Amino acid sequence: MIEAVFFYVFATVLVLSAIGVITARNPVHSVLFLILAFFNAAGLFVMLGAEFIAMIMVIVYVGAVAVLFLFVVMMLDINFAELRKGMMKHAPVGALVGFALLAEFTWMFKSWSPSSAALNGVAQPIPDQAAISNTHALGEILYTQYVYLFQISGLILLVAMVGAITLTLRRRPDSRRQSVAGQISRRPEDVLKVEKITSGTGVF
Amino acid sequence: MMSSELLANYLPIVVFLGIATGLAVVMVLASLIVAKQKPDAEKVSPYECGFEPFDDARSKFDVRFYLVSILFIIFDLEVAFLFPWSITLGSTGVYGFWSMMIFLGVLTIGFIYEWRKGALDWE
Amino acid sequence: MDSITFDTAFWLDIFNTYLWPLLLIVGKILLLVVPLIVAMAYLTYAERKVLAAMQLRQGPMMVGPFGLLQPLADGLKLLGKETIIPSGANRFVFVMAPMLTFMLSLVAWAVIPVSDGWVIANINVGVLYLFAISSLGVYGILMAGWASNSRYAFLGGLRSAAQMVSYEVSIGLVLVTVLLTTGSLNLTTIVTQERPIWVDVLLFPMFVVFVISALAETNRAPFDLPEGESELVGGYNVEYSSMTFALFFLGEYMNMILMAAMTTVLFLGGWLPPFGIAALSVVPGFVWFAAKISFVLFVFLWTRATLPRYRYDQLMRLGWKIFLPFTLLWVVVTAGVLLYNHALPGMSAAM
Repeated sequence: MIEAVFFYVFATVLVLSAIGVITARNPVHSVLFLILAFFNAAGLFVMLGAEFIAMIMVIVYVGAVAVLFLFVVMMLDINFAELRKGMMKHAPVGALVGFALLAEFTWMFKSWSPSSAALNGVAQPIPDQAAISNTHALGEILYTQYVYLFQISGLILLVAMVGAITLTLRRRPDSRRQSVAGQISRRPEDVLKVEKITSGTGVF
Repeated sequence: MMSSELLANYLPIVVFLGIATGLAVVMVLASLIVAKQKPDAEKVSPYECGFEPFDDARSKFDVRFYLVSILFIIFDLEVAFLFPWSITLGSTGVYGFWSMMIFLGVLTIGFIYEWRKGALDWE
Repeated sequence: MDSITFDTAFWLDIFNTYLWPLLLIVGKILLLVVPLIVAMAYLTYAERKVLAAMQLRQGPMMVGPFGLLQPLADGLKLLGKETIIPSGANRFVFVMAPMLTFMLSLVAWAVIPVSDGWVIANINVGVLYLFAISSLGVYGILMAGWASNSRYAFLGGLRSAAQMVSYEVSIGLVLVTVLLTTGSLNLTTIVTQERPIWVDVLLFPMFVVFVISALAETNRAPFDLPEGESELVGGYNVEYSSMTFALFFLGEYMNMILMAAMTTVLFLGGWLPPFGIAALSVVPGFVWFAAKISFVLFVFLWTRATLPRYRYDQLMRLGWKIFLPFTLLWVVVTAGVLLYNHALPGMSAAM
């Protein structure tokens, strides 16, 4: 019974905060609602027994992705209230697109039948929790059985890295930076000169 | 729904969260009740070393902060992949080891790229 | 009469199945939280005393014997102060930020094993839970910096967030190295896992990196740039006063204790007596745990008294260009060495 209560609490808060994300006037509040939604999703994952996914959800989505969102939303100098004014004008177009998407999904699901092998897999999605922990079960197959998918995700990360740099890296010509190697490899002989000066002649 | 034994381990965390929230709220409210609240215009203006703030403090800033957080996401994901690997290496053995080495090798190429590009320099 | 007896049985049942376990949990949590808050209060005292001793001063000594009541006096003073919310501030986020910081620093303790079996939530993914909670610490600071609508707070919050994020990666990689030697994400298992001495030697560099990253993660000296007085006044919490400030303060010190506890659990053997001396196990486990935490905290304070503050670009370079490649390399080295020597957990069982 308690499980059912928790499930409904998580699910309700999740849906409500998701609505909050799109209705909040202040974009920062939107991101905060998004974080709340992530948390509740993590709670639902825990209820499914997927501990590892739940924690990774918090670490990656809340701890990293939402931080970036918050950075962007907090610091961008955009008047969001101004942007929102056009919302009502474009609402019919948005509704149309949404409706088309919904129709497509219904159409697709009606004609979709999963293979029997997949259906058999559904019956036993995770190994027994008492025998092997969720994370172990994942680790046993991810790096061996699904090695190609694993390597592809590595390549995707590489593309993301390169993309982020090409898009955002701007060098500022006016800034000065420290060159540690330069500092350390500087020898006294190269930069210092000790001169013997006979008194009364001065330096020139 | 999953075995309740697993969930029973998580219940204390929820209770703990409740207690921590309660404690935080009580502390703030207690001070609101105990202390005399007398705000005035000068008191509530933002601190700016003596002179009046002339505009909104939230402004654009160096794009480098975004770059740092994007790179952080990527490395965080890499660490997320390393967690299950690290505890199952005993059973996946040499195959699992080299599988991860290729993955890390690909990411090291990216790391070297960003190093050479100067994305890791803070100016 | 009949209906009343039925009712008592029903309520007794409710009590036995739901209320009593709940009360037990609440009791356990309070048993942890109360000593923690006291420890936190006296950490501020210890910090002032240690710093004073290192600078040949007396430190607090007026309130109570040896100034022992100083933390209490500080707390009462803060309680009696007015809560000032700046005019341009976003009130909700402004008040939420310190509460969040405080809550997170407390909730993380749910998975820390204080002694054998003395843990509030013995979950399978304890390490990930800690990592997740510590990665959320950024929010309190970012929210505070943004909500205050003050330049100093904003810049302080921004810097602090970028700093914490940068060291998060190396902390994650250090955790991975430790996990390689334990084969479990459960913190109790990590403590009890026997490690040969050469594995400890292999882990030692990671221990050093972890302690330094912990300093950066908790914004402690020499990485206390967010509150660099000389340039940013008070950092992200300039605009805070009274209890909202106290919550930030509490959260910060609680995080220090948490980081020390993590160091103890991961590297120093938790509640086990030092160096595996069996005779020392007459002392209860939590005493050893507390003693080890105090030692790590003393190192934190010592560092603060000794080292000058880093410059921001140096801080970022240390995080991204030294710690990140080094820890990554060390993960590979550790994995390789353990694999080669068949010393991985789970491996001997398979052999």
